[in-house]
Amino acid sequence: MKNIIDQIKVVEGSLNSAVPEGPIQDIWDNHRFNMKLVNPANKRKFNVIMVGSGLAGGAAAATMGELGYNVQCFFYQDSARRAHSVAAQGGINAAKNYQNDGDSIFRLFYDTVKGGDYRSREANVYRLAQVSNNIIDQCAAQGVPFAREYGGALDNRSFGGAQVSRTFYARGQTGQQLLLGAYQALSRQAAAGTVKLFPRTEILDIIVIDEQARGVVTRNMVTGEIKSYLADAVVLATGGYGNLYYLSTNAMGCNVTASWRAYKRGAFFANPCYVQIHPTCIPPAGEHQSKLTLMSESLRNDGRIWVPRNAGDNRKANDIPESDRYYYLEEKYPSFGNLVPRDVASRNAKTVVDEGHGVGELKNGVYLDFSESIGRLGAHIIKERYGNLFDMYTSITGEDPYKVPMRIYPAIHYSMGGTWVDYNLQSTIPGLFSIGEANFSDHGANRLGASALMQGLADGYFVIPYTMGNYLAQASLKKVDTNHPAVKEAEAAVNEKTKKLMSINGKRSVSSFHRELGRVIWDNVGMARTDAGLRKALKRIPEIRAEFWENVRVPGSAADLNQSLEMAGRVADFLEFGEVMALDALYRAESCGGHFREESQTEEGEALRDDENFAYVSAWEYAGEGKTPILNKEPLTFEYVKLTQRSYK
Amino acid sequence: MKLTLRVWRQKNSNTQGKLEDHQLDDVSPDSSFLEMIDDLNEKLTNEGNEPIAFDHDCREGICGMCSLVVNGVAHGQDRELIKAVTICQLHMRNFKGGETIVLEPWRAEGFPLLKDLIVDRGAFDRIIQAGGFISVGTGSAPDANALPIPKKNADISMDAAACIGCGACVAACPNASAMLFTSAKMGSLNHLPQGQTERYQRVVNMVTQMDNEGFGACTNMAECEAACPKEISLDFIAQMNRDLITATLKGIGPTV
Ligand SMILES: Cc1cc2nc3c(=O)[nH]c(=O)nc-3n(C[C@H](O)[C@H](O)[C@H](O)COP(=O)(O)OP(=O)(O)OC[C@H]3O[C@@H](n4cnc5c(N)ncnc54)[C@H](O)[C@@H]3O)c2cc1C
Ligand code: SF4
Ligand code: FES
Repeated sequence: MKNIIDQIKVVEGSLNSAVPEGPIQDIWDNHRFNMKLVNPANKRKFNVIMVGSGLAGGAAAATMGELGYNVQCFFYQDSARRAHSVAAQGGINAAKNYQNDGDSIFRLFYDTVKGGDYRSREANVYRLAQVSNNIIDQCAAQGVPFAREYGGALDNRSFGGAQVSRTFYARGQTGQQLLLGAYQALSRQAAAGTVKLFPRTEILDIIVIDEQARGVVTRNMVTGEIKSYLADAVVLATGGYGNLYYLSTNAMGCNVTASWRAYKRGAFFANPCYVQIHPTCIPPAGEHQSKLTLMSESLRNDGRIWVPRNAGDNRKANDIPESDRYYYLEEKYPSFGNLVPRDVASRNAKTVVDEGHGVGELKNGVYLDFSESIGRLGAHIIKERYGNLFDMYTSITGEDPYKVPMRIYPAIHYSMGGTWVDYNLQSTIPGLFSIGEANFSDHGANRLGASALMQGLADGYFVIPYTMGNYLAQASLKKVDTNHPAVKEAEAAVNEKTKKLMSINGKRSVSSFHRELGRVIWDNVGMARTDAGLRKALKRIPEIRAEFWENVRVPGSAADLNQSLEMAGRVADFLEFGEVMALDALYRAESCGGHFREESQTEEGEALRDDENFAYVSAWEYAGEGKTPILNKEPLTFEYVKLTQRSYK
Repeated sequence: MKLTLRVWRQKNSNTQGKLEDHQLDDVSPDSSFLEMIDDLNEKLTNEGNEPIAFDHDCREGICGMCSLVVNGVAHGQDRELIKAVTICQLHMRNFKGGETIVLEPWRAEGFPLLKDLIVDRGAFDRIIQAGGFISVGTGSAPDANALPIPKKNADISMDAAACIGCGACVAACPNASAMLFTSAKMGSLNHLPQGQTERYQRVVNMVTQMDNEGFGACTNMAECEAACPKEISLDFIAQMNRDLITATLKGIGPTV
């Protein structure tokens, strides 16, 4: 255990990011010209499998269908409109500069690289900023009801501490509205017959033939039927893995299964330890808690965050006099105050709660107090701004934030890590692409607010349709059918695993294992990580996994709608994935973005990057069952955005 | 608190279903309704029984997946205390200890039952496929601000677009009509200038598909509006009916 780091085989120079040469402003344009095109008449001869129907997968499937490809789109919900993108509230960024406040493509690019704490690939981020403007045009044309000003122009707001107003939004449901735009485009293609939809269908393995991704093994979640589908290329648009933590703002079904299966078939997994923790969620209310609800970040614009100055102060919030209140963010960060970035706000909340200042019955939150702004602006203004959120808070907690301060605490929200992809969004398996939250590409070690929706749609509408065409135009693809030994082998593996899960018949439910794993990950690979804690997790996870495979109970039948079985498969994969995540966090002995290693901090307790030793992407390669995975490093260079330490003092 | 749950159990659409009673002894008032069902399922699993199948995903009132009729009311809203929530957002403090709670699936011809409390809402997808979109290909859009839209229209469009496609309107309607959903979905597009070109064909096609799916007629009972977690207004049904008349006068027939 002690020398676990020494056991990791490190490979340099193995990864080709495929970023074309040239000035960053021209790379994408030149690349689009240089890429090969598929003859329009030939497009319908190509089959593409899209796993996922969220912003990334929905946009990509619709667009590729429009182009004439034959697309099969799989997702686990009953309708494509329910992918978890639907839950995004805040908004979507674009470099339109409609507010004339000095925004530009370069500024959005710059902010994203800096916000990502210099752990992303410059060329990818630049492209993201470039196509951001097309996204807004596209969505407006589809009928997305963005908020507007009285003159009829689109409204913008500043979000997550950005100094320009570049965020477009649709009431508190930007995610749902953008997703409906993509879903409607997808529905049009479904009606036209270019896209076939497979609801309630889960991907359980990826089929690789002659080193190319050629299909997927699926389980029909209604009948239990295991069936393979073959194609010329496969795209993973399966979202994030935050559900590993059990308690997160992700939907109950979010999973890492498809990406994890791809990893085991040879697709490297990048930066698994980078996750984002959102500072303003409602704290858990007890053991029964199944997920956490996000309260929009915008609340920090008018709410003041505090805890009792004396640890263990049991008085009610309104009984604590001003002199006994500790406004820790305002005191520590006088210039940014309550608006410090997400990771800083989250870590500070953890510190005060760990030191015994936590509030609420379980002492697991901090106050977000609106009394001052209600006094200054009037309750009606606060209601106008946040009425919906206050109602939601009341319905969940039974408390009235107009009268008593809200209680908030950080929760897992987003995963920056994901399948490693090159500039073309292709993984290390030719023909296997990954888009949206499922890949690692654009946010480095920390994502800026309102940039995930942007990335999902950028990848789906404006990147993958081109780069996939380039692949299909050049790949030599043999004819394959479902009798191919690789297909049989993958199906057999899925059947075997299902049979095993059904036959253990132990004493513990799937969710009890998920909870236990989540707790270990949250405690040791959460907001603050230490060498000792990570080693503890690396010891504990295999133990839980071993018990799972001996003692889990999956009731019912595999040939039926069986939600316990669905969860069992996902938790089994989390139990493997969590270990690689902890390993990644252990190896990266620096702090950066969402990854905070207590050993690496400044005197003031801020995250301290170590660019000399860690300015690279960690791409983990599967080395076989029970073997330590291999670490492939993709070095990162910064030509356009100078490396500096972030400071919010 | 202690509760009795009377739950609809049905293996699949080919078998008969029945109500089954279960006791829970220690339900936290702070838990959500679905967490209470999780508890019951944990108990059933530990006792060696099959847990209850029910649809859910986001658990924050936006994905539209959850779909339970609680004590005869879609999404179980107690209309005096709490307005406009999905069942995943309803918390147990709204119930009293000792109560018997009856749990049933959405019941409608257009929503065939799959198992226990899960139904197939594919009909909604097919209604959208019939015309619930604006035909604009990726890449062909003009600058977003080239077409100013009065704030009022954008707001009405947003009111309609807030529909989460849950199907509570259908479940609540004595005729199992899907008018509120269908009218909201076309309403969001028909109130925008971008949606005008296809407006009347859209109305005709979506209504035709809705009828083909076996949903009932609207007899102005307004139960749908009362059950809707997103407070979609009946006005959209009225607008849809007016547009349908205009379309008929224009001689537009269905193309689906
Ligand atoms: C509460 C919340 C609020 C947010 N707010 C914002 C915001 O304001 N702005 C912003 O920019 N970002 C926000 N984000 C982040 C953003 O919403 C997501 O990162 C983004 O929408 C992910 O899109 P996606 O298409 O990659 O994945 P998803 O939308 O998660 O879609 C995943 C798809 O993959 C399918 N799938 C997954 N696994 C399988 C499998 N094994 N088999 C078959 N299908 C599978 C699912 O069915 C689904 O269709 C928020 C996130 C959350 C959770
Ligand atoms: S109209 Fe209301 S009740 Fe009907 S599907 Fe939409 S949100 Fe649900
Ligand atoms: S579970 Fe998503 S709306 Fe209820």
